[in-house]
Amino acid sequence: MREQLPALIVIVPLLTALVTPLIAYLSAKLLRAVVTGAILVSNLSAMGALLRVLAEGPWHYRFGGWAPPWGIEYVIDPLSGGMAVLISFISLVVAVYSGPFLKEDTWLRKGIFYALYLLLTAGLLGMVVTGDAFNLYVFLEISSLAAYALIASGGEKATVAAFRYLLIGTVGASFYLLGVGYLYSVTGSLNMADLALRLQPLTESPAVMTAVLMLLVGMAIKMALFPLHGWLPDSYTYAPPPAAAFISGVMTKVSAYVLLRFFFFVFSAVSGPVPAALTVLGWAAAVGIIIGSVMAIAQSDFRRMLAYSSVAQIGYIVLGLAIGNMYGLIGAVLHILNHAVMKSCLFLVAGGVKWKTGEHTIEKYAALCRQMPLTMGAFLIAALSMVGLPPTAGFFSKWYLALGAIEAGMWPYIAVIVLSSLLNAVYFFRVIEHVYMKKAGPKPAEASGSGMELPAAMLLPIVLLGVGILVIGILNESIVTQILQYAIPGGGR
Amino acid sequence: MKELLSQYFIYWLILVLFMIGPFGMIYKKNLVKKLMAMNIMQVAVIIFFLVLGQKAGGTIPIEIHGLTGVEHYINPLPHALMLTAIVVSLSTTGVALALLLLIQRRFGTLEEDEMLRRMNQ
Repeated sequence: MREQLPALIVIVPLLTALVTPLIAYLSAKLLRAVVTGAILVSNLSAMGALLRVLAEGPWHYRFGGWAPPWGIEYVIDPLSGGMAVLISFISLVVAVYSGPFLKEDTWLRKGIFYALYLLLTAGLLGMVVTGDAFNLYVFLEISSLAAYALIASGGEKATVAAFRYLLIGTVGASFYLLGVGYLYSVTGSLNMADLALRLQPLTESPAVMTAVLMLLVGMAIKMALFPLHGWLPDSYTYAPPPAAAFISGVMTKVSAYVLLRFFFFVFSAVSGPVPAALTVLGWAAAVGIIIGSVMAIAQSDFRRMLAYSSVAQIGYIVLGLAIGNMYGLIGAVLHILNHAVMKSCLFLVAGGVKWKTGEHTIEKYAALCRQMPLTMGAFLIAALSMVGLPPTAGFFSKWYLALGAIEAGMWPYIAVIVLSSLLNAVYFFRVIEHVYMKKAGPKPAEASGSGMELPAAMLLPIVLLGVGILVIGILNESIVTQILQYAIPGGGR
Repeated sequence: MKELLSQYFIYWLILVLFMIGPFGMIYKKNLVKKLMAMNIMQVAVIIFFLVLGQKAGGTIPIEIHGLTGVEHYINPLPHALMLTAIVVSLSTTGVALALLLLIQRRFGTLEEDEMLRRMNQ
């Protein structure tokens, strides 16, 4: 059993997705137990695999016993193992949270929601653990299709947003596939480790240059890097809250991971077209950070503000890749972790407020600290972390990014990091002010008598992620020295 | 002539097909036409892969008695990959059509500007 852990990470949620509508027909309680159980198994397998990898080095799992260049293999190294743990953990937390939201729905809606949710989880996990470029495309499409359908279930506007996302997302996937096609045409291989070997003498070839360009465009669309972020704000705003929390937390980061995997592990980041591509990415990210933050200030809808802030935050991750030295890459990978936890927490809070009061504009958040003290406490931690105040997690990833930029002598990037922290402070302190300083409106909250601010199944995930942000922040040094140090490519740039 | 067609023309054809995708998605106002443009784009990628497997004078990759040597058979791997890509394309189209059906039911139209006007009312 222990030998099969890498396969279990993906297969358990994938197979469970097939039977969830049936289980939903039988019993709603059983459904929730099965869904959380499946994701828990996946999470534990990912943790087990990560622990073994940290002790013994990268783990190559051959599917059906076929040797790598011909067969498909799963590769767990500290980077992909860590990503798998992160994805399955966020998925687990949000699955627990989604229960009260679906209580009123029919069994069919529940079953299909969880089936799509598990497919999305399986697709994202598959993207990080696979060692095969074409297999990655298939998982990319599995996760994307599930995401389109999940977003579309949020109502009228969500359907339109999902259709738009579908068109743009498919363009991104087509670019990715075309890039893989170019790589296949010059090397005849699809296995990433094999590609890395065969591409070594080919770094200056025009076909490789085209492939880099195609992969860059494809993944930039998928991760909503400025100026290709057009699909993101509407999708995140109108998606149903549990789906929004999960999609915003991990989906764009997985695309950033794919870019990291290709640019630093498959291509050589030292010579050939990759340094130029990274420079372009870096500037796009720098502009995106500023524009995203400014747009976030202009929003009155809390969820939309978070969506624009996602555009800015993905910029930090790409900025870390563009800096490209050890500190920059550590900052990028740490920010993947931090931002997944922070943004999921914030979207869970947004969903909780919507559930409690039915409101989602920032004005209506006035004096919520009385009504929902724990939720708003978690929100406060997440917001401070987004701004980047120590000891929250957000401070440390920015710190590593800044260290990397100083070491590489890239001063404009430092200016961007500092400026954007100020902009983050502007839009988050505005919300904090509404929550803690403003007097509530003339009508007092009618739900003052009810014991709990939210159902336990919703409150627990929010508090867990809120505390998680502090824990990651305090333990950041051991996370970096125990895991991330081995996760980044050997020399960097 | 044959060389011209096989070495240059086919790639130009793929390029044109591929570019029809973004063009149609940006320029056309009807959502179904946008979807068709997206499909044409996917087909361009599929043809690109199939061209990679092609060999002059090659035949189908099933062993024929007396015909040995890899140069006599076309490369089947891109075809196998593209079977998967076609399935992906099919399911994307299916999801997109389902979304269009919902949009048509809720807004009564599939013209983008008309739909946006009704949405903002």
